[in-house]
Amino acid sequence: MTQPSDPPAKRQLRSDQVSGLMLAALALYVWWMNRAYPIGTLAEPGPGYVPLLLAIFMGVMGVLVALGGGKSEPLAAMEWTEAKRAFALLVACGVAAFALERLGYRITMAALLIFFLGVMERRKPMMVAAVGIGFALITYYLFATLLRVPLPVSPWGF
Amino acid sequence: MVETLNSLLLGFSVALQPQILMYAFIGCLIGTLVGMLPGVGPLAGISMLLPATFGLNPIIAIVLLSGVYYGAMYGGSTTSILIRLPGEAASVMTCVDGYAMTQQGRAGPALAIAAIGSFVAGTLGVLGLMLLAPTLATFALRFGPPEYTALLLMGLLVLAYMTGGSIPKTLAMAGFGLLLGMIGIDAMSGYTRFSFEVIELADGIGIVPVAVGLFGISEILMTASQQTLKLPKNPSMRELMPSRAELKQSIGPIARGSAVGFLIGIIPGSAHIISSFISYGIERRISKTPERFGHGAIEGVAGPESANNAAATGAFIPMMALGIPTSPVTAVMIAAIMVHGIAPGPMLIAQQPELFWGFVASMYVGNVVLLILNLPLVGLFVSLLRIPYAYLYPCILAFCILGCYSVSNSVVDVWIMLAMGGIGYTLRKFGFDLAPVALGLVLAPMLELSLRQSLAMSAGNYAIFIERPIAVTMLGVGLLMLLVSLKPLLFKSKQKDWRSTVGLDEPS
Repeated sequence: MTQPSDPPAKRQLRSDQVSGLMLAALALYVWWMNRAYPIGTLAEPGPGYVPLLLAIFMGVMGVLVALGGGKSEPLAAMEWTEAKRAFALLVACGVAAFALERLGYRITMAALLIFFLGVMERRKPMMVAAVGIGFALITYYLFATLLRVPLPVSPWGF
Repeated sequence: MVETLNSLLLGFSVALQPQILMYAFIGCLIGTLVGMLPGVGPLAGISMLLPATFGLNPIIAIVLLSGVYYGAMYGGSTTSILIRLPGEAASVMTCVDGYAMTQQGRAGPALAIAAIGSFVAGTLGVLGLMLLAPTLATFALRFGPPEYTALLLMGLLVLAYMTGGSIPKTLAMAGFGLLLGMIGIDAMSGYTRFSFEVIELADGIGIVPVAVGLFGISEILMTASQQTLKLPKNPSMRELMPSRAELKQSIGPIARGSAVGFLIGIIPGSAHIISSFISYGIERRISKTPERFGHGAIEGVAGPESANNAAATGAFIPMMALGIPTSPVTAVMIAAIMVHGIAPGPMLIAQQPELFWGFVASMYVGNVVLLILNLPLVGLFVSLLRIPYAYLYPCILAFCILGCYSVSNSVVDVWIMLAMGGIGYTLRKFGFDLAPVALGLVLAPMLELSLRQSLAMSAGNYAIFIERPIAVTMLGVGLLMLLVSLKPLLFKSKQKDWRSTVGLDEPS
């Protein structure tokens, strides 16, 4: 991902500089959260001891990534062509996760697949219905009935 | 030796009974299918089948469950190779080159070599189990907390050794994985850490939602604008099998992976998980063309696959010889034997020779069954990829949700998987390697516990790690590997680093 690029005309923010600083910020956040747990002593390390070591370690690595990122790809040159669609996929899965225990497995999965195939992929309605409903029913039978994995059912009992 | 052969003959007289053969076959078949379902790994498969074994005799029960174990290990690698979905930590490294081979239309050879490597490693592992069990099990008992700490740190330093890109980036990802492993109840003090008042997080974060999110979901997000998988149309049966050159290339990695995996597998604890990572690192380092790794090198499939199967066999040594479960899977299998009033341990071999040697012989049989079962099915597995991508990815996403939910019947696991998918997507866009996150997460609880126990043992003196020969050797090896990785950075040579010639990062 990080590749040497042509010398920039002006100073630009680089991808590794941004990611390194993000890691350092995450390390700072972990350190701040970790204040709630006792560090203990060297002879008796407490629950905050190892997380503190790790936060310091990750912070140092983050800074090293940022410092060494001068030749990485400029942030502005990064391509995010698939980002919108990826975000839509994640949101749809998030909605399905939210609905899973409220609407039951079969309704949620059928609706999710119908959304993906019908709305996002614009496939033929018959195929969309067959794949969506078929997948939900077959996997429910396989997991819940044969393998006895308890899957959520809808308030209406299916 | 003669006594061992006589005992093995006794074992084969048990294992080759038609009824036992049938159960070995059923176990391998169920295991392969279960392993292919994302999220349902060997542990879930064995746990679900455990109640069904209560009515069987103990030999059949252990043969059936071992069959499920091997089958699921192989099934997990199938999804790793075909759709970049590791069912468990041991399959993570298979994703790297296995999936790259699939993208090049070489899924068939990748699957076949995984099956052959698993067979060879499993068979060699059983030989080792038969011949070396008592001696090796005694050596493994010499591992205390400092040795575990050193072993786990060595595993993490191996990552720096095997990385093709920036060392700080790789180590930062290992640190991130270790931090994820800090979430949940601290085993030594009972404190609940970083749980954000979510009750389910008190148990910590499981490897399945993290691995599925980081590898499976992120892959689908990366290819979100892609309409089809780049695969050749209708590969012939000949194209599905590895070529003679590929088989030749795989001999060394399979042999080394089997040895490394077996030796790591016998160490009590979950250390066997790092066997595939270490095997991959070794193969990459000794290769004359390391630039092929990560881009579909068959050695990157053969080595780790052999290592994780040999480790799975090695893990049975402390289980059978000492009664020590080395992983959750072996713990469940011990439970399956104990239900029948048999206690695994040093007396098992003397008191229940039919069980022990029948089990050893059934492992040979199981490996053959797995090979017979899987090689002809390679074509069938590959044909799954001919499903149009527009239909394939929604079903994979739905399977991921189902698989993660079914691990502990918690929607929190699904949220974790989705969050990890988003994080994995972002990290990959910024050029980070994700395998260290999975390894860090798996090793974190053991590393923390053994480090704190070591410090408690030495009254806070870190010198304990250099006073114990096994620990200092392993730390030395780990540091040596790190230094070798840093060599191009410390001693700038006029000769270009191989990474720069193939468009990868040089170590920084």
